[in-house]
Amino acid sequence: MSDTLHYHFDVDGASFANAGRASVETKKLLRQLGVAPNVIRSISVAMYEGEINMVIHAHGGDADVYITEDTIIIILKDEGPGIRNVEEAMKEGFSTAPENIRALGFGAGMGLPNMKRYSDEMHIDTKVGVGTTIELWYHLNKQQ
Amino acid sequence: MKISRVAEILEAKVLTGGDLLDCEVNSACGSDMMSDVLAYVKDQGILLTGLMNVQVIRTLLMMDMNCVVFVRGKVPAAGIVDFAEENGVAVLQTDLPMFESCGRLYAAGLGRADLESGPEREEV
Repeated sequence: MSDTLHYHFDVDGASFANAGRASVETKKLLRQLGVAPNVIRSISVAMYEGEINMVIHAHGGDADVYITEDTIIIILKDEGPGIRNVEEAMKEGFSTAPENIRALGFGAGMGLPNMKRYSDEMHIDTKVGVGTTIELWYHLNKQQ
Repeated sequence: MKISRVAEILEAKVLTGGDLLDCEVNSACGSDMMSDVLAYVKDQGILLTGLMNVQVIRTLLMMDMNCVVFVRGKVPAAGIVDFAEENGVAVLQTDLPMFESCGRLYAAGLGRADLESGPEREEV
């Protein structure tokens, strides 16, 4: 394995309008690096959902992107309320988002399921009252 | 079907992206729920929606879609149109409701591989 590229983004929790900036930037970076379009699509969607979640639930946080020759790892870390019941949160349609967020087109309980659907591996480390860290793994060789 | 034809069928105004009117789209998706778009869209080029915020445009960017149609006569704020323009997304706006917009496009052959054989279809 050769060098690891690392990009860091602050996810601004103050404004819903800014949610998704890190994902848009990451998508551009991955394109420049020549990553396969289907992998870029998956990473974009999963990271975007993660970013939206961080803004809705956790007042923002940190997004880190690590790229090696054969793996891309996205780490989304927040110091929000944590997820009380991960199993429940993984069910499509389960949501604790307030009604005003649904009016914005999100909060339909598809965030975590979408992140799982669009990653090769998803690891959730969460503690109520402390925060949540989600790792999204992509194995590049597997997906051509 | 070209985006210009979509605009014609929907009697839509082109708010930005006039240079994209010649782009071909194979299908469309109608939704106000962006998470559903992220979950289910495959290679549709167009999103029809009544939702008005900048996340609509970001959702399109994530899904490599290049055209949004705002339905029900809603007018997007300048910031939304500007953001779309910066990112190469065409913005159309129609007074038609969602149901009729989707119906017209479907009836004209959009998203129906069985009908849309050539690159450009005339009247059905």
